[in-house]
Order: sequence, then C-alpha cells, then structure tokens
Amino acid sequence: MKLVAWLSQVLSSRARVAVLGAGVLLLLAPFFPLWKITMFASQFPEGLRLSVYAHQLVGGNGGADLQGINILNHYIGMREIHAADFVEMKFIPFVLGIFLLLGLRTAVFARVGNVVDLVVLFAYFSAFSLGAFAYRMYSYGHQLSADAPIKVAAFTPPIFGHQRIANFDVYSYPGVGSLLLGLFVLGLLTVLYFEIRRFRRQTT
Amino acid sequence: MKRYLGIAALVFAAACAPSQGPQGGTNSRLADAREAAQRSYVEPGKLDEFYLFYSGGHSGQVYVAGVPSMRHIATIPVFAPYPATGYGFDAESKAMLGGYTWGDVHHPAISKTGGDYDGRWLFVNDNANNRLARVDLRDFKTHQILGPIANSSGNHGSAFVTENSEYALVASRFSIPIPRGTYAPTSRYATDYKGILSGIKIDSATGEMSVAWQIVTPPFDWDLAATGREISRDWVVWSSYNSERATGRLEVTASQRDRDYITFVNWRTAAGAAAAGKGKMIGGVRVLNPREVPGMMYLVPLAKSPHGADFSPDGRYVVGGGKLAPYVTVFDFQKFLSAIAAHDTTGSEDGIPVLRFESIRIAEVPVGLGPLHTQFDDQGYAYTSLFVESAIAKWKLGPFDGNDSALVVAKIPVHFAVGHLVAAHGDTRHPVGRYLISMNKLSKGRHLNVGPSQPESSELIDITGDGMTMLYEAYTEPEPHFAQLVRADLLHPIEVYPKAENKNPNAIWAASDAKITRRPGIVEAKIYTIRSYFTPNEIEVQQGDSVILYVTNAEQERDMLHGFGIAGYNINVVMDPGETKTIAFRATKPGVYPFYCTNFCSAMHQEMQGYFLVKPRAGVPVAASPAGGN
Repeated sequence: MKLVAWLSQVLSSRARVAVLGAGVLLLLAPFFPLWKITMFASQFPEGLRLSVYAHQLVGGNGGADLQGINILNHYIGMREIHAADFVEMKFIPFVLGIFLLLGLRTAVFARVGNVVDLVVLFAYFSAFSLGAFAYRMYSYGHQLSADAPIKVAAFTPPIFGHQRIANFDVYSYPGVGSLLLGLFVLGLLTVLYFEIRRFRRQTT
Repeated sequence: MKRYLGIAALVFAAACAPSQGPQGGTNSRLADAREAAQRSYVEPGKLDEFYLFYSGGHSGQVYVAGVPSMRHIATIPVFAPYPATGYGFDAESKAMLGGYTWGDVHHPAISKTGGDYDGRWLFVNDNANNRLARVDLRDFKTHQILGPIANSSGNHGSAFVTENSEYALVASRFSIPIPRGTYAPTSRYATDYKGILSGIKIDSATGEMSVAWQIVTPPFDWDLAATGREISRDWVVWSSYNSERATGRLEVTASQRDRDYITFVNWRTAAGAAAAGKGKMIGGVRVLNPREVPGMMYLVPLAKSPHGADFSPDGRYVVGGGKLAPYVTVFDFQKFLSAIAAHDTTGSEDGIPVLRFESIRIAEVPVGLGPLHTQFDDQGYAYTSLFVESAIAKWKLGPFDGNDSALVVAKIPVHFAVGHLVAAHGDTRHPVGRYLISMNKLSKGRHLNVGPSQPESSELIDITGDGMTMLYEAYTEPEPHFAQLVRADLLHPIEVYPKAENKNPNAIWAASDAKITRRPGIVEAKIYTIRSYFTPNEIEVQQGDSVILYVTNAEQERDMLHGFGIAGYNINVVMDPGETKTIAFRATKPGVYPFYCTNFCSAMHQEMQGYFLVKPRAGVPVAASPAGGN
C-alpha cells in the first residue's frame, strides 16, 4: 500500500524542474559521440579515430579515418563498417525522442510512478543498445571473409577498455553522449531518492 | 702585361683586406665542434626551424632542405621529368613541360606581401629555355610553366618578385635578333641583337603568370636583379656585363671597358606605358622602347662585369658586386632620384640616360676578392660572397661616412668558390638573421671520394652576434644557385588532397565506379587505386589503340601514395592521396605488359599489380622506341 501511495505521490516542484533538466541532457546527447574507438600503431602515432553517435558514424581526421580503418580491416576480411548498416542508428534517435516526451509527460503529470517508468524503460533501452553494440563488434570480428589475404582467428574488438590487435592498440570508451545519458538516469534516480525522503517525512 | 698587373693588384688588395676587416681572429674560426654540432643538430622526429628552397641549376629541379639540420627533405620537379613522383609522365605535367626535358633553375623567389615572404608561391626561372614556373607552396607542386617567353633569350635575371607580388621581373642574358626565329649574323650584334626585360604579371588570387610587357634594350647581357621596397618599391635593378656589345670570346671581348652598367627600371611606369598602348607588338607581346617612355629606365655605371645587385632591406641602398673588383659598390637610392631630377647624366645608350656614377655611389666597401651577391640580416649587417677569395665578408650597412674599410667586421673562409649565399629572409623587408648558407661551386675532395663528378657543397654559418661561425657542411644536389631560406611557421602545406577538392570529372572513389570505355580506336579507363589493388586489374586493348587512363588514388590518409607503372611502355605516374592523373599513349606494341604500383604503399604492395594486354592487329607497325609511340 505504501509503495502504491509513494508511486502516486505528486512530485515536488523542485523535482519537476530536475526532471526537465534531465530532459535537456537527453536533448543534448545526440550531439556528442556515444562511444569512441581509437587505434594507435607505430606508423599511426596520431591514431585512427571512430566516433559512434546516436545517428551516425564519424571517422576522425575529417572523416578519413573511417575509410582508413576499413582499408586496414579488409586485409583480414572484415566487412566494411558503414553507418547505413547500423539499424540502431535509425531507431536510437527516435527512441531518445520518445524518452524526451515521456520526460515532459513526467514533469507535467508529475507522479513518482512516471519517474520510475522512465528509469526502468531507459535502463532496458540502454542495456539493449549496449548489447546490440557488443553484438555488432562481435559480428565484425567473427564474420571474417574466408578468402581474406591475412587469416586471423575470430575475435571481438574491445567494447570497453584496451585491447592489442596485431600491431594496433585499440581503445574503446563511452563518449560524452553516453555520459549525458548516464547523467540523465542519475538525475532521475536523485529525484526518486529525494521523493523517498519526502515520502518518509510525510508518513511518519 | 697589363692583365698580370691587374691580378697582382687584386692579390695585393686581398692581402690587405684581413687587416682592415675582421676584428680579432675568433669570428671566422670553426666553432667548438660540440657546440656547433648542438646548434645544427635536429633530433630524429623533431622539425627544422626553416625551409631551404634551393635551385637545382641544370638539373631543372628545386630542392627542399631543413635548416639548421641541412637535411634534404624533398625534391620538387619543375623543368625536368622526375619518375620518383611521376612528374613528366602524366598528361598534365607533360603538357606543362611542353616537350622540354631539362631546364636551368637559378633564382627561386617566394611571393611577397609588403616586401616580406607570404609563403604562397615559389617562382623559379629556367635560364635555358626562357621559362618561368610557379610552385604552389600549399602542395609543393609545380602548377604552371610560362614560356618560352617571347623575344627573350637566356632567362637569367629572373625571377624577382615585386613588393606585393604584382610582377615577377625577368631579363635576357643572351641577346638575340627579335622576334625569336629572326636571323642576323653576329657581325650585326651591336645593332640587330636585343636584350629584353619582361614584366610577368602575377594574378593576386591564383598566382597565374602572364607576360604583360617587355622593354627592348641594347644587347647587354642582363645578369642579376633585385626589386625595391618602400621608397624604391616601384623599381627593379639589373646588373649587366658586355656593355661592349661584343661577341666571340666574351671573357676577353666583354672585359674591355672599366665599367658596365646597372640599370634602374620603374616597372610601374612600364606597366602604365604598356596600358596606354605605347610600344609595339613583337612576338605577340607589347614591347616598349625606353626612348619613347622617358623616366622608365636609367643606366648607372658599375665596376667592370658586375654580378649581384641587391637592395638593402629598407630599399634605400643597392649593393653591386664587382666580381672583378675587390669591393662592392653601394648606391644610394635617394641620390639616384636626385640625379634623375637634376638630369645629372654623362651620356646615353640607345636613348637610355646614363646617370653620373659619382653622384649616386656613396661607398665602395673593400670586402675582398670577387664579390658576387649580398644578403642582409636583422642587425644591420650585410653579407657578401667572395668567389675568388672563397670567403664570406660580413660588413655594416653604414654609416657611409667615407670610412668604407672600417665597415667590414668579419670574414669566414668557405669551401670553395662560393656563388650565391642566402640568409634567413635575407632579401626581404624584414630579414630574420641567425643563419646564412654559403652555396659553394666547388668541393674539391672534402667529401668521400665519389669519382670525377664531384658534388657542390653548402655550408651553414651562424651569423648571430658580431661574427660568423661555421656550423655544418652538406652536399646539396647539383647545382645550387640562389635559394630562399624561410621560417617554417610561414608555410601550411596540405598532407592529402581532400576528396571534395578533386574536380577531375574522371576521378572515382569506389571500385564499383571503375570503368573501361571503348570507342573505335580509343580505349579509356577510369582506374581505382587503394591499398592494395587496382580496379580494373586487366586492361585489354587492340594494337594501335589510343589509350587514356585516369588513375585515382582514393586514399585520404597521409603518405599513402600509389604508383602506376607499365613495364615496357615507359610509363610511371604517382598519385598522391586524393589525386587523379591522366596517362595518354598509343598501344603500338602487341603483347602482355604488367602494370604495378611503383610507390611502396603497404604490406601487400607487391601484389598490387595487373596486366595491360595488347591484342595484335594486322597492319599496325610495331614501334621501335621503348615508349611504344608514347
């Protein structure tokens, strides 16, 4: 009963503002890379860079690095990486829009339950997207062409952290976009934390 | 007997010079070896502070080195084919070369704004075939070769750019009857042979050069030039020899008069006269006669057979190298203007006024034997190369109060027979100082013995402070004449050709766009190159077909060059990243000819190859030349 009462508690005005603020982070996220992959080798001291955005892939060096990475990958028979192949990039911006609308709805109708919905749905969405990203990396490293000039054992490029692949040191880390999404969730969790405290104060 | 006396006098002057010149003995001595090494050492992976662009003489090319390390970095092919970059093999550069396979590069000139290098273009002359080339410093490539310039022959006094690169000014060293192609026996040299000074207009946006006007002169041998600055900004000077108008054995016949001339030409007046329709069209160019354009050209006597003529940084003084005299003559541009105003003349040559030498000269600085060229630093010093003495003299640019011998402050021996010298920004409004390079004509065994064809040497000299310190010696590609020593931070070259800038309609960026098109007698192919393959990798034609290949390097990564060489067909081009080149030839030889990537690119470079197949066709003769009728 207590839980139901809490879920239907109307958010404090400060909490509404916080939800709106979190929504702004959501709005900003697509302008920054969600993930960044960087490869260094002795003849690439400046590195080859790839930034994964919600809606696009951007190679470093004015876009040239994506072609550079694909050229290197073709030697081991890896498929070319093209933004067009990432279905995620079509639905992620759309889904982010949905979350923005849900956030607005939460700020207006302002029930704790709306915030919980938002957190749960977003957690699911994040887990799914990360999983999809990991599976893509796995696929690129495992579906190598049989007639590749250089035969290498199937591998999974790093999802998070550093990995040595042939002569390359490959680093893969979340970008500012993911950080903003993380802060969005953190903002919502903070709202929930304060709403629990308020609820306790009021019921005791 | 007279000549021997003359030489004796020169030797005597040389013996006197040191006592008048260097203060103490430390200036010219080799620096402490460790210190010198440190000052010229540039750690692997570290960058030099200056670019040295030096002319390659009759190699036809321009060479780029770093200073202070003196390391040769790159060769810029200009007037001669250069298989290493495929220059002279593709249709575009072949058209620019116009069938010539050599040139004689003497005087590179970086474009200027406000009298200082602006780092946009490098203009170089071809003394042999009367041409002028423009190298774009954005990509270090030759983009235009102008010429052969009409009427002009022996494009030596060239190229010298005006204060804001309005013009490149060039002059003829070898007079001929004009227009070129006209016959006259040398017995009519004095009257029928003509010297030519040319104003080459430079488009301020694109650098494109065009012959704007010319001035016809007596058949003196125009030698070297300098352009004015500030007070003298509208003027250019040229030195000359052979005021005797002699032919035959010139070392004797052109050395009879005590003085030859330096000419002062107002290029702005010339441009105005040409615009006003003065002069007449000869060889397709508007040629002005100084007789008809008063105020455009003056002659000033200068010690016998002078060589260099150089403006001081502020444009106030002109230093003339006496070559056969043991001193340089300093002219005051102010006094030159006063002499014009006062009609202070001593005669004329074909209507060109000769101004009174004594009225304009303000000093004769006894720098030493065989003074040729003068450069300047930021501390008020001038540096003059001494060919005969094999040394460089450092002297103060004033005060010119009559005590000329006190101006010489130091002298350093060089090895050997220095021609040109170059100081950092040493021919601009604001010289930088610090380094001077002595470009020597002879090395005489100072190197590992490489047989009778001995290299030229260039020596790096530290010129900070009051003296000069020898730092380093390098063997520069033959044959350096003049050079430009420019601060590295002034240039911002690209590293790849951006795909978006490639406007070639035959450029392709995907293997799927590669295509072979056949028309009767003509086969065209768009070829895609990328690590490590060509598409297509087989090109089949009929014997006798005209073949046009458009080869695109689709890379956008720096230093990822690809070559395209056809074995047995005398073809090799190299495409930089993002570049498309065109190869056009006739497939006269039947058979199978491999093509391959000639410029090492990647681990699978060896595999980057294909076949050019020529099906025999009856009735087509097999070409005897290796190029196969190329």
